[in-house]
Amino acid sequence: MISRHQAPFLLCSCAATLLLLVGISKFLPRASARGQANAGNTEKSLLAFRAVASVLNSPRCLNCHTPSDGPLQGDDNHPHAMNVKRGTDGKGSPALRCFACHQTENGKALHAPPGAADWQLPPQKTPMAWKGLSMGELCRTVKDPTKNGNRTLQDLIPHMDTPLVRWAWSPGPGRTVPPLSHDEFVSRLKEWIDTGAACPE
Amino acid sequence: METTRFKVNGKSVELQIDPQTPLLWALREQLGLTGTKFGCGMALCGACTVHVDGNAVRSCVTPVKAIAGKQVKTIEGLSTDRSHPVQRAWLQVQVPQCGYCQPGQMMSAAALLGVNANPSDADIDDAMAGNLCRCGTYARIRKAIHVAAELARSAK
Repeated sequence: MISRHQAPFLLCSCAATLLLLVGISKFLPRASARGQANAGNTEKSLLAFRAVASVLNSPRCLNCHTPSDGPLQGDDNHPHAMNVKRGTDGKGSPALRCFACHQTENGKALHAPPGAADWQLPPQKTPMAWKGLSMGELCRTVKDPTKNGNRTLQDLIPHMDTPLVRWAWSPGPGRTVPPLSHDEFVSRLKEWIDTGAACPE
Repeated sequence: METTRFKVNGKSVELQIDPQTPLLWALREQLGLTGTKFGCGMALCGACTVHVDGNAVRSCVTPVKAIAGKQVKTIEGLSTDRSHPVQRAWLQVQVPQCGYCQPGQMMSAAALLGVNANPSDADIDDAMAGNLCRCGTYARIRKAIHVAAELARSAK
């Protein structure tokens, strides 16, 4: 039996429980949808990065984004002829600067030095090296400001539009180009960033 | 043809020339400065090395348009009386064999000493790696650069 004194308390308890259940029921489907959306975004992000990585791993990028103390050459990534060195600023050793041979445009002859404005490697203190990295390691390196030249994710986008990066798509005679067009590459990069910049394990 | 103005060995020059013409041809054909040699024509051997604003560059692949308004120094401009430390050291050590690559070697050496007054063997190897010598005078070149550094230091 419920006494007259117990009835209001029970009514309040039931109302509170009901409100709580309604609240939870309203929240639960949303959380679930968000989870699905996040999972979808992560999948999209991973796919986008896979496309981005196909360009980053092309010889035109790898030959300078290397952990070695000098640049590489060719589609087989062999060491640069004449043992050319990176130098502290990435522009060659003090008396053998990159611009000694590399002009602001490609040489026209087969195997003549290629060229673009600001021809250089990443500097010694942040070599931005990803030759030999797994997909996950590459992704985390690209995202890490201590390893990517102190860039935010958004900063990566204008970097991809510099003359030196764009050179990869017009590298001169005898050199292959990355597997995606430049437009598609930048579009997939933006997609990766917009979907959370997820990284593979 | 376009007008291109720059300085060579301290003198102003003005050339009517195709702006894509390699600097090497402007120096040798237009200006008669034949000390700078043609080796490979593709920046692979260093025989054509000159200085542009103090930096060693390969004149065979440097278009004239790229040096407009700049200062070029050739082997003839190191000194007119063989007094440059690199010239004195090259004579002292008797570096050349056939001599063809030596103007380029000397210009690279002078550029190195311009930024490093006391280069180590490793510094010399890094700086000179792009200058090839078919006679194999590398050991004498390295020795002469050390001598030139010492001569330059003692002259101060």
